[in-house]
Amino acid sequence: MATYTPSTPIDHIGHGHKPPMPPAGGGDDGRGGDGANSGAPNYGARLRRARLGLICGLATVCMVFISLTSARIVRRGLPTFDGASNSYVRDWGRVDLPWLLLAINTAVLLVSSVTMEFARRQAAREAALAPVKSIPGVSLGDERSFPWLGITVFLGISFLAGQWLAWGELHARGFFVDTNPNSSFVFLLTIAHAVHLCGGVIALLWAASASLLRKPVEARRIVVDITAWYWHFMAVLWVYVFALLGFAR
Amino acid sequence: MATPASVHAHAPQGFIRRYIFSLDHKVIGLQYFFLALTAVFVGMFLSLLMRIHLIWPTAVLPLIGTIQPETYLSLLTMHGTIMVFFVLTTAPQGGFGNYFLPIQIGAPDMAFPVLNMLSFWTTFVGFVVIICAFFVTGGAPLHGWTGYAPLSALPSAGPGEQLGADLWITSIAIFCIASLMGALNFLTTTLDMRAKGMTLMRMPLTVWSWFITAILGLLAFGVLLSAGILLLMDRNLGTSFYVPLVVVNGVVLGHKGGSPLLWQHLFWFFGHPEVYIAILPGMGVTSQILSTFSRKPIFGYRAMVYAMLSIGFLGFMVWGHHMFMSGMSPYSAFAFSILTMCIGVPSAIKTFNWLGTMYKGRIRFQTPMLYAIGFVSLFVSGGLSGPFLAQPVLDIQLHDTYFVVGHFHLIMGVAAIFGIFAATYYWFPKMFGRMMNETLGKLHFFITLAGTYAIFMPMHYLGMAGQTRRYSQFTEVAYQTKLIPLQTFMTYAAFVTIAAQFIFVINLFWSMFKGPKASDNPWEATTLEWTTATPPPHDNFGGVTPVVNHGPYEYGVPGAARDYVMQTDPATAATH
Repeated sequence: MATYTPSTPIDHIGHGHKPPMPPAGGGDDGRGGDGANSGAPNYGARLRRARLGLICGLATVCMVFISLTSARIVRRGLPTFDGASNSYVRDWGRVDLPWLLLAINTAVLLVSSVTMEFARRQAAREAALAPVKSIPGVSLGDERSFPWLGITVFLGISFLAGQWLAWGELHARGFFVDTNPNSSFVFLLTIAHAVHLCGGVIALLWAASASLLRKPVEARRIVVDITAWYWHFMAVLWVYVFALLGFAR
Repeated sequence: MATPASVHAHAPQGFIRRYIFSLDHKVIGLQYFFLALTAVFVGMFLSLLMRIHLIWPTAVLPLIGTIQPETYLSLLTMHGTIMVFFVLTTAPQGGFGNYFLPIQIGAPDMAFPVLNMLSFWTTFVGFVVIICAFFVTGGAPLHGWTGYAPLSALPSAGPGEQLGADLWITSIAIFCIASLMGALNFLTTTLDMRAKGMTLMRMPLTVWSWFITAILGLLAFGVLLSAGILLLMDRNLGTSFYVPLVVVNGVVLGHKGGSPLLWQHLFWFFGHPEVYIAILPGMGVTSQILSTFSRKPIFGYRAMVYAMLSIGFLGFMVWGHHMFMSGMSPYSAFAFSILTMCIGVPSAIKTFNWLGTMYKGRIRFQTPMLYAIGFVSLFVSGGLSGPFLAQPVLDIQLHDTYFVVGHFHLIMGVAAIFGIFAATYYWFPKMFGRMMNETLGKLHFFITLAGTYAIFMPMHYLGMAGQTRRYSQFTEVAYQTKLIPLQTFMTYAAFVTIAAQFIFVINLFWSMFKGPKASDNPWEATTLEWTTATPPPHDNFGGVTPVVNHGPYEYGVPGAARDYVMQTDPATAATH
């Protein structure tokens, strides 16, 4: 059996080096459409397009959380009329956050962001090597790969479970969504973040099952790549939400 | 010049994949168009009931009975909501934008076809949900299309504020999600899928308008979504974001400390850009048509682009002018006032450039051109009252009067509708392969133009005379009673105008099947959609990738064989 000997160091692909990309932007490169001139799907163009779409989507997510933050700032400063003292008082209230649990959750999410990055680079490497692997009789040696994607899914679900526990702990301490405005925003922001992260988990599950669905490795790579950037954004967003809830009480 | 492609994409077979859950942007565009057409007739019917009630408040209508004051408020709410979201946002962007943006930039489809399909069907679900509000216990909500809290936040505040209001909010939230999916698609497609040679400054102004509208939608609808979620929580989970200490029917409710103004800030941060979401595509198609039918290049193409960008940018900085009545600081009001009047500058640039485009042109007064001129007329008529309302001192006097109703109907409602009509008459041959009837089109135009002015211009006088808006009848207040004759005139004008819309519908459907066959370029226009077959094939250009060598409005070019140069015509020395 023949063994493929690469003329370029393929180990470098996906280890911090950017994979080859087609020229960016429309209007002057004459690509027209998706593989319009060759008949084959242009995965490079699809990846670039998906990343662009993701940036637009993240702009919207930013607007959602900016508006919720501004609502929180405004609501925090609002006085309410107190009939007993016949005066205006602040009703913001306090919330005893389960700090340890939330800190653990934060650590889990940050670690998952690291594993997600490894998964993204692994997927990029696999996609780059796919044409070589498809050559009959060519082997690249050890084909077992570390299950970074699976670990990320596990950590993501762990984070969501941890958040569930945190909400239960808040309930146990007597804080519900309508206890006071502060608690309303605690539940609102954490649930809004969790819902967004659920989207990432679903996308990862799809990517993990892509091989079972006989999807091309390049298509799987696009999903993993987009989800990875989304995942990193969710990690940063969580740090922001946690800081907002923790330090702007 | 175009380059042939070796592969020609084939349309999917089967009715469901081809016409229902289609991924083809053209089919999806038509789905949006017909959804908006349905919605506009629902909204128009509601307005007709309102106009009848204003004049004959005790009239017994067949199947409906006598309209009660609270029912009037429900009609008002649903009319505004359906028209703003499911007509003015849906038709120009979702309908024509979907159909023509990819073709005008030389792309085979939108960037994310599946997302595009999801976007339409999500919009459809939103429409169904809002229509359901009519049929639930308590009926449709009565808090107005602006949904001001605390009225909208309290189920006990009125008959329509129960399940009907929940459905209203849910529908808006669904619409937000659909619009965000659509905006994401428009932006990616425009930035990434342009044909060779289609530089940003060669894009038709229609594409620019859809592009800028998508940016506005992307940034604005997320805020409305957040605001809607807070409202649902106030209504159903006992929170107090918008609701202060409230007593309803002698009962102290559990809420306290919230602020209705918080809703107003969040709503209008979305609401004012929404005005431009509705009108910018109309500006784009008007520019396109004025240039084509004047046989002249658009006057000041770059200025038009920068004016639209300026309008979009400033649109996010003026939401406070809707809240002068809220007791805001005079310094804030001053800032919002100045910024609002600044929008007059790019708006005036556009208006003068449209006039400059027509000046000394060899104008062809066909129906699309008439509607484009009508758009300019309405834009000026409705726009000029804007600087009045931008003055806090005047707005406090006029805010709750018919002056505001007249202003926003002319500028945001009718002008945008004229943009939709202009687009329909202009692109109908390309979409359906046949021509619309010119005589019926002109008849429709003149009656609609006269009718809409007859309805909405008197509203300015009513407002200055102090006639209050949102009142269901004027028979109980002496000074208002004296203004009823003008209201009566407006109602009769509404009858005529609404009747004229059936001319349009008959023309539309008759021409679809019986109109004379259209050539590929019946208007002798220059942009890419006129280079392809009529109607366009599944992949838009029949396996050919267009290459663009010219700007979008090269009319009356000296030395050219025809009086126009198509964007794909071979490059000339002058091009470089």
